Amino acid sequence: MAEKEFTDVQDIGKDYKYGFKDPEKHVFKSKRGLTREVVEEISWMKKEPEWMRNFRLRALDIFLKKPMPTWGSPILAEIDFDNIFYYIKPMENQGKSWDDVPEDIKRTYEKLGIPEAERKFLGGVSAQYESEVVYHSLRKDLQAQGVIFLDMDSGLREYPDIVKKYFATVIPAGDNKFSALNSAVWSGGSFIYVPKGVDVKIPLQAYFRINAENMGQFERTLIIADEGSSVHYIEGCTAPVYSTDSLHSAVVELIALKGSKLRYTTIQNWSKNVYNLVTKRGIAHEDATIRWVDGNLGSKLTMKYPSVYMVGKGAYGEVLSIAFAGKGQHQDAGAKMVHVAPGTSSTIVSKSISKDSGRTSYRGLVKVYKGATGVKSNVRCDALLMDEESRSDTYPTMEIDEENVNVGHEATVSKVGEEQLFYLTSRGISEQEATLMIVNGFIEPFTKELPLEYAVELNRLIQLEMEGSVG
Amino acid sequence: MSKEPILKIEDLHVAVEGKEILKGLNLTINKGEVHALMGPNGSGKSTLAYVLMGHPKYQVTSGRVWYKGEEILALKPNERAKKGLFLAFQYPTPIPGVTVMNFLRAALKAVQGKEIPAKDFLKLLKEKMKFLEISDQFSNRYINDGFSGGEKKRHEILQMAILEPEMAILDETDSGLDIDALKTVAKGVNRLIGPNLGILLITHYQRMLNYIKPDFVHVLVDGKIVQSGGDKLALKLEELGYDWTVEKTETLSVEK
Ligand SMILES: Nc1ncnc2c1ncn2[C@@H]1O[C@H](COP(=O)(O)OP(=O)(O)O)[C@@H](O)[C@H]1O
Ligand SMILES: [Mg+2]
Repeated sequence: MAEKEFTDVQDIGKDYKYGFKDPEKHVFKSKRGLTREVVEEISWMKKEPEWMRNFRLRALDIFLKKPMPTWGSPILAEIDFDNIFYYIKPMENQGKSWDDVPEDIKRTYEKLGIPEAERKFLGGVSAQYESEVVYHSLRKDLQAQGVIFLDMDSGLREYPDIVKKYFATVIPAGDNKFSALNSAVWSGGSFIYVPKGVDVKIPLQAYFRINAENMGQFERTLIIADEGSSVHYIEGCTAPVYSTDSLHSAVVELIALKGSKLRYTTIQNWSKNVYNLVTKRGIAHEDATIRWVDGNLGSKLTMKYPSVYMVGKGAYGEVLSIAFAGKGQHQDAGAKMVHVAPGTSSTIVSKSISKDSGRTSYRGLVKVYKGATGVKSNVRCDALLMDEESRSDTYPTMEIDEENVNVGHEATVSKVGEEQLFYLTSRGISEQEATLMIVNGFIEPFTKELPLEYAVELNRLIQLEMEGSVG
Repeated sequence: MSKEPILKIEDLHVAVEGKEILKGLNLTINKGEVHALMGPNGSGKSTLAYVLMGHPKYQVTSGRVWYKGEEILALKPNERAKKGLFLAFQYPTPIPGVTVMNFLRAALKAVQGKEIPAKDFLKLLKEKMKFLEISDQFSNRYINDGFSGGEKKRHEILQMAILEPEMAILDETDSGLDIDALKTVAKGVNRLIGPNLGILLITHYQRMLNYIKPDFVHVLVDGKIVQSGGDKLALKLEELGYDWTVEKTETLSVEK
């Protein structure tokens, strides 16, 4: 059974023309640990231009020099960089069979009613899940509008000039230790360019063209919304994604040029062995809007603070996020809003739920530079604790160097209220259902922003989490 | 017509956070009867309402309560509701993010023990909302979230109209209502009154009783019923105030 899987995957590899099937060099043995040799190997296999190869190598030096962040979660210290594979070809990844996927995850797929083919993909057993029909007809429409929607590797090959112009301009390799790591070993991710004035009506979903690489360990996404355009990108899925790679570190860069609207929606639900350390940042130019809608359910540790730098007059930034932490999990999430230009405004809404001794933290920054007058910013974080053992902290930071601003911050921590439960149960509703209603109500501001199928699955998943039947 | 008790309370003592609030309360309500319970602030009216519905914070230290012949003090609130007991809250709790529509549908499903088709439910909801003069958009709002005083009370009566209980406790459903809203709410309650429904109407003022005629009026002072009578009692209370009953109890206890 596993054999068959393997052949299929190789065939897919051919279609994708990734170029790593060079006969002379077919035994690229991925080694544990990170060396210059590994980075060169990656770049060579991808047949990358010289500048990218040099970029990777410079990033590697930075990574090796930079100390681990001293803030964040104590769990960070557990990461053993020498014991990690930094590049795995999609097909190599597939020595696995369905039997290797943990039982609790299989049960969750079943309860969510996820189709067979998709289960295999999510379980890491097959290398890709592609809804051919949807994707290809979608692609035609997009092409007609001049929209580019590719995986990052293909983007670099097919549109080297655009990539070179914008790549790492929002998040330089040296931004932090994990962005340096990603810059050195990145693979997969999405590349999107929306031309001037084009309004992409339907959300672009990575989901329909996803493969093991762009859901991979070190994905790299770059989205450019040119002047006056608008686009909504959605990636990830609510169902748990089983990964045997314990370290995931993505970099996502968004560029919203004058008057454009860019929205990025993610839901991540990595299996609970994963350290998920993501750098996400957008630059919003004059009158442009960037909205991050970000949901974090899985992983052992997530550290993720989507940010928006508002560099042009009248720009708007928004982060709407939820985090769910169960047993043994720490969700350290938040947002950064950096107001560089006058008349810019931002909103942060962060919701977290902790259960069974899980821990959530909100870590946020609102920065207003001198001269950025008339700035408005509103921060709201609400934490819901399901029991006495769970924990939630907030670490809000405000750096305001301008007087003429309007900045508000509100934070609440609540338990699922006895009065709320009594009110609902006094109408005949069971305590379990009432709890679920309260929790779903709590995250409703988030769910209502999601496309229906995601919202339904998210609610279902929260239900399974509440029943304690999710691994 | 032989009288059949729907609710019977015997020597009920209730404490909250270690403090005794109800101090030996007796009350019997028969099917089809409307009983008004009046009394000064803090006398324990809401405590009685909560304890009958099963609020976990209120401990029954002694006494018994029968509903339709069955002792109910060990039952959970949702089990009591499923048997036909209903409480219209004095201070309804906001539940952000949960719409009135979803809530009512879940409640009706729980109480009836089966799902009713969406279409039938919508029809029922629309009809009841119209009768209570509640606007259509109301059902998409979040439960008690940002409701005005009047909206909260109408919402309570809407729930009662949909769930069709057999024993309803209305805790100060009249307070905070202007006269028009009061009439609408009273209209809603009166429509439900019938030979099978028992009502305990908790109120602070006589005003409500102009619209909903009680068969009996009881006066609660300091955790005990000190006076019971016909609907004339309410008028007397209005005239003389609660001090009159308090004085009366004091003399009573002296006489003992
Ligand atoms: N949840 C509670 N916690 C503490 N004290 C309470 C609580 N509920 C009621 N009490 C106390 O019990 C007494 C009676 O209150 P309540 O039953 O609300 O009176 P009423 O409804 O007649 O105004 C008051 O002294 C009140 O402070
Ligand atoms: Mg009261």
